[in-house]
Amino acid sequence: MLFGGRKKKGVENPQTELYGHCLQLYTQPPLENISLVEFEQFAVDRMKLLKTVENLGVTHIKTSEDYSKKLHAEISSLNFPHRTEVSTFIVPAVASEYEKRRKDHISHFILRLAYCQTEDLRRWFIQQEMDLFRHRFNDLSPKSKSDFLHRNSLQYETISVEEKKSLMEKLINSSYAFSGCTVEEQDFYKVPFQDALDLVRMRKVFVKDGFAYVPHQDIVTIVLNDYRTRLSKALALTARSLPVVQSDERLQPLLSHLSHAYVGQDYSIQKNIGKISLEQIDSLSTKSFPPCMRQLHKALRDSHHLRHGGRMQYGLFLKGIGLTLDQALQFWRAEFLRGKVDADKFDKAYAYSIRHMFGKEGKRTDYTPYSCMKVILSNPPSQGDHHGCPFRHSDPELLKQKLQSYKISSGGINQILELVKGMHYQLACQKYFELTHSIDDAGFSLNHPNQYFSESQKLLTGGKEVKRELDSPRRPHAAAGSENSKAPPETPSSSNRVPQEVMDDLDSFFQEE
Amino acid sequence: AETVTAACLPELLPLYYRRLFPFSQYHRWLSYGGVTKNYFQNREFSFTLKDDIYVRYQSFSNQNELEKEIQKMNPYKIDIGAVYSHRPNQHNTVKSGTFQALEKELVFDIDMTDYDDVRRCCSSADICTKCWILMTIAIRIIDRALREDFGFRHLLWVYSGRRGVHCWVCDEAARKLSVAARSAVAEYLTLVKGGEETVKKVQLSDPVHPFIKESLAVVRRYFTDYALVGQDIMGSKESMDKVVALVPDDILALCSFILLYVCIFSYQASSKKSYYTEEEIMLQYCYPRLDVNVSKGVNHLLKSPFSVHPKTGRISVPIDLRELGQFNPFDVPTISLICKELDRPRTAEEEEASVRERDPDGGEIFSDYKRTSLAKYVKLFDQFVEEMERSRKGELLRRTDLQKDF
Repeated sequence: MLFGGRKKKGVENPQTELYGHCLQLYTQPPLENISLVEFEQFAVDRMKLLKTVENLGVTHIKTSEDYSKKLHAEISSLNFPHRTEVSTFIVPAVASEYEKRRKDHISHFILRLAYCQTEDLRRWFIQQEMDLFRHRFNDLSPKSKSDFLHRNSLQYETISVEEKKSLMEKLINSSYAFSGCTVEEQDFYKVPFQDALDLVRMRKVFVKDGFAYVPHQDIVTIVLNDYRTRLSKALALTARSLPVVQSDERLQPLLSHLSHAYVGQDYSIQKNIGKISLEQIDSLSTKSFPPCMRQLHKALRDSHHLRHGGRMQYGLFLKGIGLTLDQALQFWRAEFLRGKVDADKFDKAYAYSIRHMFGKEGKRTDYTPYSCMKVILSNPPSQGDHHGCPFRHSDPELLKQKLQSYKISSGGINQILELVKGMHYQLACQKYFELTHSIDDAGFSLNHPNQYFSESQKLLTGGKEVKRELDSPRRPHAAAGSENSKAPPETPSSSNRVPQEVMDDLDSFFQEE
Repeated sequence: AETVTAACLPELLPLYYRRLFPFSQYHRWLSYGGVTKNYFQNREFSFTLKDDIYVRYQSFSNQNELEKEIQKMNPYKIDIGAVYSHRPNQHNTVKSGTFQALEKELVFDIDMTDYDDVRRCCSSADICTKCWILMTIAIRIIDRALREDFGFRHLLWVYSGRRGVHCWVCDEAARKLSVAARSAVAEYLTLVKGGEETVKKVQLSDPVHPFIKESLAVVRRYFTDYALVGQDIMGSKESMDKVVALVPDDILALCSFILLYVCIFSYQASSKKSYYTEEEIMLQYCYPRLDVNVSKGVNHLLKSPFSVHPKTGRISVPIDLRELGQFNPFDVPTISLICKELDRPRTAEEEEASVRERDPDGGEIFSDYKRTSLAKYVKLFDQFVEEMERSRKGELLRRTDLQKDF
């Protein structure tokens, strides 16, 4: 992309064909000139859109009508393309539709620059872009969907009528709400299983001889898989050319602001190192640890051992609250030695992995403490494990008993269980925070166990505020609808190159409800 | 017995590695016909030595180097890792970020400790013939799924030496699978979910996927023998309570304590709601439990076939699926047994046979393992590697035939 003065009107632009469909896979980067103002505006608008995608994704089920309606509204209001009845032939002449598609195209590529740098940023970006894509694809008419598949060379063979008949029973039983009629009417595609991983993983599709038999209505999952792979590769490539882009003084502040704006802390940089003493841990675990870590701590004390998943989740959390490597070694060693492990074995086997956590061995990456998303979504616990998120992974009955043992009121427990039923695990944990700290409103949007800890400590110790550039992300629209906004303290980046209006715009975005 | 084994290992291992370990077949396996350049050379091995010293990133240029090094180090345990982009033993000289794990067999690890909540006969590292049935069930279910659903053909099942089994899927397509694909396959095969905090670990709902139906058919064949007879799950109040905990309240409300057995295992709910209580209980007690993390990682190391188990002394031998029902982990030869068998005086025919045999690489190997209980397992391994070779040649012919048409 070249940057210069004037904006070019795009109708004669050779990219007309590129905008022939309202949806695209962003395989070709934009090749035009664009003004700095437009550059920033596009970036900010898409950021807002992705942020909405994220918030709605936390509080709604992604295929619900409510979700679709709200997302559709946001897409429209930010002037992005959505399902359109405009015939593709006349698109070039309908300037507004064309403009929307162009904006969609360019803004995506700008955000790639902002979000390619770290694993966390990439993961976030890919997740939101995929959710956005899924919504937009599902919104298309069947003809539009087929059109899209053809344009993007996703050609898979459909199975013959005979094959369908012979597999009828199995095809019916592989998909939810499928009857003999549905199977007969729909096309089934024979797709190599590696191309349909999401469907295979959840057993939502019939698998035979290495092929997944995908009904037309599920083809979006295949497309998403393809999209994720491409985007992932593209981001890795983008990261390599980033130094060149970042050296452009006009862009650097904006890109930096964009990438810090959403993530908040990842607790990889330890504050308060050494401020916690080992004797405090037991009492801290009941007062300021989120339930997931409280559970792990208790299991460790009770059985003097934790399996790998638990050691990672809890060990990194302890690092995040400020334990030094030496303290950590002392802590784990003392506990394991009370169990079946002898000093020798500990020093040889377990000590290595603790040092690894602190970046002193092997790859020497400093591992970051797990965020709530990571705890909830990856590595579910199995027999003998105590890690994971209690709100997500515990039986509701057992969860209830545990909350009772923590002396939570029965009204409070019911509220929590309701949230768990609606799959709002982080909100449930937030409610737990509110109940255990006797406040009405946590005042922050929980997305990290270490955040829980530091917020708790802030409350209990009268809070010394540590000034950071941008603090915890704003609270998503709660299902209950309470409108409580708390402006996070922030200091925008120091450079003055980007027009102040744009920076204000971003800041105010994070302050408004 | 365990301490005895550990004390004998320093003596027995050198003997094992010098005269019994099937290096030739092993090397043939891991070379995969030499189709990909440096496939064997870029393979990572790791050794666990005496005193728990662990060394990673071992790699070898050829069979001879592998043999010499193992005979020198006498590892207590050998693990096989991935095939990397460069020779693992030179990974420090490679520019950071370019040393990558490229391929590895798709592997599964099934460990008896994962079933502790549903077996009463043993716990943790112990096993017996009663609970071994769980492994038989696991092998049948997973082997079928990998072959019929996923189309894999070259599967090597191996006894881990103490309390579980491993499966190595060696097809080319399997070796090339991404992390995402491996985890998808592992999740497809996962039905029992949940840790200490979860009571009900299997939840079924309509529609019941064909894979689940197939797996249930296997579980049903063994359930009575395993759970009702062997484990006697209905034999004590405590054990029965655990079963009851898996039954939904509405069914429970209908039956008294005494009728529970009848209700669960033969009662047909007449309401509109679908009940899969019987199936869910069966699956929770018997369905295979995998460690997904073992299968996911391309660079994950797994114990090598024919490695010795340092605590039991048993050899990790391949399992013959044609005789799965007769497999008994307690009959698997130990290193002390086979070393003892070596010392038996040779019979006249054995003498003749060993003189006639010659190693294809030029050396003279007296195929000592053939005189020991290890023989049938090496033969099985041989057949496995042979079958892959035949398949490769067949594939090659097919491809050249296609080209000839042009």
